[in-house]
Amino acid sequence: MKKTYKIDVDCANCANKMEDAAKNTAGVKDATVNFMALKMIVEFEEGQEPKTVMEEVRKNCKKVEDDCEIFL
Amino acid sequence: MNKKQKKVLIRIIVAAVLMGVLSLLPIEGYVRLALFMIPYLVIGYDILKKAFKGILNKQVFDENFLMAVATIGAIILGEYTEGVAVMLFYQVGELFQSYAVGKSRRNISELMDIRPDYANIERDGKLERVDPDEVEVGTVIVVQPGEKIPIDGIITEGTSTLNTSALTGESLPRDAAAGDEVISGCINMTGVLKIQTTKEFGESTVSKILDLVENSSSKKSRSENFISKFAKYYTPAVCYGALALAILPPLVRMAVLGLTPEWGEWIYRALTFLVISCPCALVISIPLSFFAGIGGASNQGVLVKGSNYLETLSQTKYVVFDKTGTMTQGVFEVSGIHHNKLAEEKLLEYAALAESASSHPISKSLQRAYGKPIDRERVTEIEEISGNGVTAKVDGTPVAAGNGKLMKRLGIEYKECHQVGTVIHMAVDGAYAGHILISDILKPHAKEAIHALKKAGIFKTVMLTGDAKNVAEQVAKELDIQEVYSELLPADKVSKVEELLHKKGEKEKLAFVGDGINDAPVLSRADIGIAMGALGSDAAIEAADVVLMDDDPLKIAKAIKISRKCIRIVYENIGFALGIKAICLILGALGIANMWLAIFADVGVMVIAVLNAIRALFVKKL
Repeated sequence: MKKTYKIDVDCANCANKMEDAAKNTAGVKDATVNFMALKMIVEFEEGQEPKTVMEEVRKNCKKVEDDCEIFL
Repeated sequence: MNKKQKKVLIRIIVAAVLMGVLSLLPIEGYVRLALFMIPYLVIGYDILKKAFKGILNKQVFDENFLMAVATIGAIILGEYTEGVAVMLFYQVGELFQSYAVGKSRRNISELMDIRPDYANIERDGKLERVDPDEVEVGTVIVVQPGEKIPIDGIITEGTSTLNTSALTGESLPRDAAAGDEVISGCINMTGVLKIQTTKEFGESTVSKILDLVENSSSKKSRSENFISKFAKYYTPAVCYGALALAILPPLVRMAVLGLTPEWGEWIYRALTFLVISCPCALVISIPLSFFAGIGGASNQGVLVKGSNYLETLSQTKYVVFDKTGTMTQGVFEVSGIHHNKLAEEKLLEYAALAESASSHPISKSLQRAYGKPIDRERVTEIEEISGNGVTAKVDGTPVAAGNGKLMKRLGIEYKECHQVGTVIHMAVDGAYAGHILISDILKPHAKEAIHALKKAGIFKTVMLTGDAKNVAEQVAKELDIQEVYSELLPADKVSKVEELLHKKGEKEKLAFVGDGINDAPVLSRADIGIAMGALGSDAAIEAADVVLMDDDPLKIAKAIKISRKCIRIVYENIGFALGIKAICLILGALGIANMWLAIFADVGVMVIAVLNAIRALFVKKL
């Protein structure tokens, strides 16, 4: 399942860092961050609850870039 | 400017003023250091915090770290002004970048300003504005002049002209009247229209297009991936390089050459090295170029589904076309009546009436050419002979309309037509009465389109069609298409494309252009699938990588030119940024460039690269 989230982040490199952090979160199959459109597209692994996974994704992203926000 | 940006701007001004004043004051020693710490912290506290956090999270090497180390180093060496200045200019650069990105984001969303905000529904004689999402299929909505059509539907009342330029880039307005299907996103220009919706808002053309455009830059191109990988290795490499520059030369001087080590000088050079090496210009300008390129293209009615496709499109050397619906209109028209014994109108009348029971496109085109309503009561004893044609009695007169086989069967001598197309031989009252030629007509710009492609450096143009050989060859000759394969079934088209893919070189890409009907497998098999005339065709939007909003074949060449411009800008930026950085790194290592030059190199390169990237937005005149 794929879902798109609005995000807020200041620089292109920070967006890349968020992408890496999201990719490495358990339950996430793949993630792409589109800095120009300020969107994060997350593909979840099967049987995962997007809500709980996204909480983790947000936590991990905040760790690498505390200026970022994901609007869940 | 948004709130965040304004805050940064204020910090920049405060720090700049403080720095200017302090550098003039004749204070020495620790007081001077303490005073300089004020502007330094004002401008750099967030960078320092981020750098520190990065170290805690084991994500040490990023531009914050580079800046923090460089400026703290400069301050330790006693170069207070330079330390503050580096941080200051770094922030100026960041501010500019964030402003430019925000600006182009807004520009592009304005270009694609097709999202309807409301729909009008008539209730008790009054118009009510509702959210388009809430309108159910089959509801009648009212669209007034100047408003956007919010949802796809069929006009039930009213006539008007529609402006489709936001969707197609085509400035010529279209006429619309009751019974016509209309698509969302068009602007109603002249009259009030009542439209019965045929889709939900989420399924309407405008939603599909917006979805496509907004998600387009998520598929990353090779250049973008290259840059993010590059940044990953580059920053640590530079940091170790700087470390080596600070330690090795003094050690060599001491141990081997027996000179004084000059630690200060070499550390200063190493710090300069760090400042120059900041990868910001690359990291921001590449995605920005693609974003601007895709935005500019969609403004011209060319939707590209991702920056990777823009990249592939720019390398296209082979263009393969479908014939019907791509190069020709796919509408059959009577193009000639030959050897007729009766008046043309009379012959057409007989033909249209005899074929009136059939729903075949051929009979439709006969009826269109006849142009008057068909009175079916005049026709009796209709007999369809499959694969041959029709016999019937019109006003009591026996009429036969069909191909040569029918004439042979009836024992009537007929004349072959020497032109290409579908020929309908007519026999009236048992005698040959001439034939009607029906053919598909070329699109108005088809010939120019092929010419434009050749001019744009396309090696080879190929046409695939299910049509008869003579028809296909005539069209190819007329359009100047180099290769043509005819009488292909849809599956044959796939294998033909595969054959072509096999023959061409790795770097030369093959594009297939079709109208999205029946050719979805080919669209997805080609290196890049271009669907034409996507207005209203969901299948095409799904299957293709590039969607041309209207069905003008000239847009193919335009799409290729847009992609080339965008890719050229990307390469310019990569080359320019890396080149300048490399030169400055060498100058810094040799001690020729000082920290002032370093920071100007960093920020300046970024500003130029960003401005260059924005150029990709302007593609109207290509």
